[in-house]
Amino acid sequence: MKLKLTSLALGAALAAGPALADLTFPDLSYRTGPYAAGGIPFSDGYNDYFTLLNERDGGIGGVKVKVTECETGYNTEKGVECYEATKGDSPMVYQPLSTGITYQLIPKATADGIPMHTMGYGRTSAKNGDVFSNVFNYPANYWDGASGVVNYLLEINDGNINGKKLALLYHNSAYGKEPIRTLEELSKKHGFELVLLPVDHPGQEQKSQWLQIRREKPDYVTMWGWGVMNQVAIQEAANIRYPMENFIGIWWSGAEHDVLPAGAAADGYKAVTFHNVGRDFPVFDDIQTYVIDAGKAAGAGDQVGNVLYNRGMYAAMLAAEAAKTAQEIHGTQDITPEMMRDGMEALEITEEKMAALGMPNFGPSFKVTCGNHGGDGMVGVNQWDAETQTWSLISDFKPTDSEVIGALIAEDSAAFAAENNIESRCK
Amino acid sequence: MSDQFVFAMEVTLNGLMAGVLYALVALGFVLIYKASGIFNFAQGVMALFAAMTLVGIMNGQVPFSHLINATFGTDLHDFGWHLPALLAILLTVGVMVLLAWGVQRFVFSHLVGQEPIILFMATIGLAYFLEGLADLMWGSEIKTLNVCLFGESGCLPQGINETIDAVTYEWFGYGFFIDNLDITATIVAAVLVAALIAFSQYTKQGRALRAVADDHQAALSVGISLNFIWILVWSLAGFVALVAGIMWGAKSGVQFSLSLIALKALPVLMLGGFTSIPGAIVGGLIIGVGEKLFEFAIGAPFLGGATENWFAYVLALVFLVFRPQGLFGEKIIERV
Amino acid sequence: MFYREAGDFHTTYTSDSQTFPIKFDRYRYYVILVIAFLVVPFIINDYWANAILLPFLIYAIAAIGLNILTGYCGQVSLGTGGFMAVGAYACYKLMTAFPDVSMFIHVILAGAITAVVGVLFGLPSLRIKGFYLAVATLAAQFFLLWLFNKVPWFYNYSASGQINAPEREVFGILITGASAPAWATYLFCLIFCFASAIVARNLTRGTVGRKWMAIRDMDIAAEIIGVNPLRAKLSAFAVSSFFVGISGALFFSIYLGAVEVGEAFSIQKSFLVLFMVIVGGLGSIFGSFAGAAFLVLLPVALKVLGVDMLGWPTDIVAHFQLVIVGALIIFFLIVEPHGLAQLWRLAKEKLRLWPFPH
Repeated sequence: MKLKLTSLALGAALAAGPALADLTFPDLSYRTGPYAAGGIPFSDGYNDYFTLLNERDGGIGGVKVKVTECETGYNTEKGVECYEATKGDSPMVYQPLSTGITYQLIPKATADGIPMHTMGYGRTSAKNGDVFSNVFNYPANYWDGASGVVNYLLEINDGNINGKKLALLYHNSAYGKEPIRTLEELSKKHGFELVLLPVDHPGQEQKSQWLQIRREKPDYVTMWGWGVMNQVAIQEAANIRYPMENFIGIWWSGAEHDVLPAGAAADGYKAVTFHNVGRDFPVFDDIQTYVIDAGKAAGAGDQVGNVLYNRGMYAAMLAAEAAKTAQEIHGTQDITPEMMRDGMEALEITEEKMAALGMPNFGPSFKVTCGNHGGDGMVGVNQWDAETQTWSLISDFKPTDSEVIGALIAEDSAAFAAENNIESRCK
Repeated sequence: MSDQFVFAMEVTLNGLMAGVLYALVALGFVLIYKASGIFNFAQGVMALFAAMTLVGIMNGQVPFSHLINATFGTDLHDFGWHLPALLAILLTVGVMVLLAWGVQRFVFSHLVGQEPIILFMATIGLAYFLEGLADLMWGSEIKTLNVCLFGESGCLPQGINETIDAVTYEWFGYGFFIDNLDITATIVAAVLVAALIAFSQYTKQGRALRAVADDHQAALSVGISLNFIWILVWSLAGFVALVAGIMWGAKSGVQFSLSLIALKALPVLMLGGFTSIPGAIVGGLIIGVGEKLFEFAIGAPFLGGATENWFAYVLALVFLVFRPQGLFGEKIIERV
Repeated sequence: MFYREAGDFHTTYTSDSQTFPIKFDRYRYYVILVIAFLVVPFIINDYWANAILLPFLIYAIAAIGLNILTGYCGQVSLGTGGFMAVGAYACYKLMTAFPDVSMFIHVILAGAITAVVGVLFGLPSLRIKGFYLAVATLAAQFFLLWLFNKVPWFYNYSASGQINAPEREVFGILITGASAPAWATYLFCLIFCFASAIVARNLTRGTVGRKWMAIRDMDIAAEIIGVNPLRAKLSAFAVSSFFVGISGALFFSIYLGAVEVGEAFSIQKSFLVLFMVIVGGLGSIFGSFAGAAFLVLLPVALKVLGVDMLGWPTDIVAHFQLVIVGALIIFFLIVEPHGLAQLWRLAKEKLRLWPFPH
């Protein structure tokens, strides 16, 4: 952001279009609007990692990467405009970053042969690659998240949560309702009681819900929140003195900006996650040297190591690795979106690979196959320390209940396949 | 006494408190509507703008830093100081007065005598403008708001009130939850309303204000400067917006969604009438209690919850069918 | 000089009372129709269809609908988003229940269902007036959204809670779903937009329209001269909701293909359509188009200018968009308080006299 606007303008006019060989990664970011606080770090991380690859390695397999950013403001209609504006220059993969835009783009991108990666959001049943050929949601989805919460509760209760009470505080929208079915199934299986507490958008006023929590005294509260709902919920939990360590959010309710407004009261709050946190990874030193210090950071450069920055960087890493895989499979450096799709379908992330990239144990190891576009759904748990203002991983990535989730995914994707006449394509 | 009854009492008390917070936002609308007939759609955005300005000034943030950095390649972020809250509040009030002057000078002085719908539309434009301006000036991240009036003390309290908890436990065997922030908001609102009433009853400007509210033409003809009164009214509304912004921002951090609190004030306005300050307070209380009790008794157990948003409007609608001008609104007399 | 009535004589009542009595206007109108129906479909691409023309046409229908209620009948409504949602969900239920019926019929039926819902929520207007009514219609907005979110029947019990438009054909040509060609979706929306404009225009200058305007100008006076306010207001709600329902159906099935009710039809949508109507001009069909164009095209144009041509950071451009749109609204108001339509009228007036203004 240190480039001058005027010089940028001149440069854009002179350059007259990108060099043909560039690999284009569109970034549908939301740096404005009600959810900007979440969109800024994600987009910074996504951009910075590609800048690092360009500066340090000369791109992916020797081909430079170009990130075209398009502002959606988390608005579906603007997302459509962004998609239509960028789909022409052979985009490698779309990260729509909003449930609304994802549902919007699933049929479009599939028809256009462009892959999509919805990491930890979007349509959960897209894990079934047999039906959703161009949509990937590795390494974990919402239902994994729900199961991860329950698994963690099992873990801290020595495997028995029979008779416990779990309250789900959720954003009253399609996103917030995602975990309900999974949690209902799991409550039957493990014998815990589930209390549902919807919060209407935007969620600034949650007194009713928290009074109910105070009356019913659930043993644990889990939250599917977004935007202002997160900050208010954590503040209200602190207000009624609900024990923070029994309050577990989904990964979209577990970033720095969600807990910081509540100050010291948020200490001990937990959130499930599918990637590691903090900046104790060698890759951040490279980012500091090649990107931040060189003045090439996408944002102000102050977000490095934030949960959502890491998530954006992780998404970029997975995209870059998939592109490398695609280059290997097809034996060409100049890959098309279709080849990229094949690369994503053959992606394998191992511990060695991540260590070589300077990100040891940054996320779970997994392997994508034709039938499984969602990875193995490994979920860990983070905890917030208000004193040092850091998140730390307190429970490592562990497998989720594939039995329960698998059945739900099969059911939902079969319905989608029947509705849209999709043939089975995996052998 | 049954548990349900005790719980209902707790819910009612909390509803009253929430109602006060709604009323705080509604007050700003009423002030401007009464004096100038403008339905100020930008009131919510003004609260956001005021709160962002307050945090920005307190933390010594450089305004427009992102834009400046992008244009000139500099690396400015903050001035490196941290102002005491009291001083920052005063400075923010100054900014809001300046804003009021600007609004009057550049917008409404050109629209004197226009129909209400056109004035309303101008406030729509103003809302867009302020929203963009606030983001450009201070950035769109969430900012933590921590107002402490005297250095480290006199901070906005948050969390359960221990005394009420203990006393009610003694009485009913169940400690009531009342948020300290809500109690503070109630006190602030009471002081604010008392001050506004005192101002409009006992000062020259206040009397001029009421004269203008009664009849523009007559006020003009006795030599009251409409221009000055309107700047005054917009400043007052800006100040109320700041108070509302602080109270709501303390809970959620200062962020874009603050501008949506206007939606919570609309049913209050309907119920209380657009022209009445006591109406805004009583309306707020009725809406607060009504929506919380409905959610408690019917919404959550039978309808699956999250009924508050629409119930507030339906409640107001039912009242309106019987009193089309709101509870305290001026009686609508229609002549042909 | 170019734009005048001289020599344009009307010898029959029909020709005198046609929509465009001035020859130049009429020809310009024909030219626009020819371009819209016969030229654009051949040159349209996905970007122009999905990012610009479809939203423009669909919002124009919604704006025409709201303009009938607010501009012609004087009843300010903030329930547009909710009514669009009714149209969208009605269309979805019809599409999935009767896959073999033509989409034309589904969309029109969706409009009809919305009209019924609109009348229901229009009942309070008999008692409540002005801004109070505007806020009262918000009850419809919030209640409808809550309902569609809460009752699984509306979204066919899908796990995601979203509704997706399955692929449907009209005369053997795909018009919904991702593979629908741009020209087909464009033409489908254009036909509805064109028909809505014609119907609205003719309704508003006939008996019904005059009754609406009488109610708008002063309802008590209108009542005294024999306009039945019950019928006039409710018919305005019905007609307005019909158009709004159609636009909601198209918005869901043709334009987006998948919506989530809380996001796509939120209160922001109600405000947006109201802004279009006010900015364009209350009580003007042309104004509805102008307002829709202003609020759909301007942000896209600013984005293209700022990001693609000047290369500025996207967030700064997005913030400037708001500032500029806000400032322009205020600027237009100061120049001409009655919206873009009035500016257009004035421009025509000037053109008629030009080059001899006195």
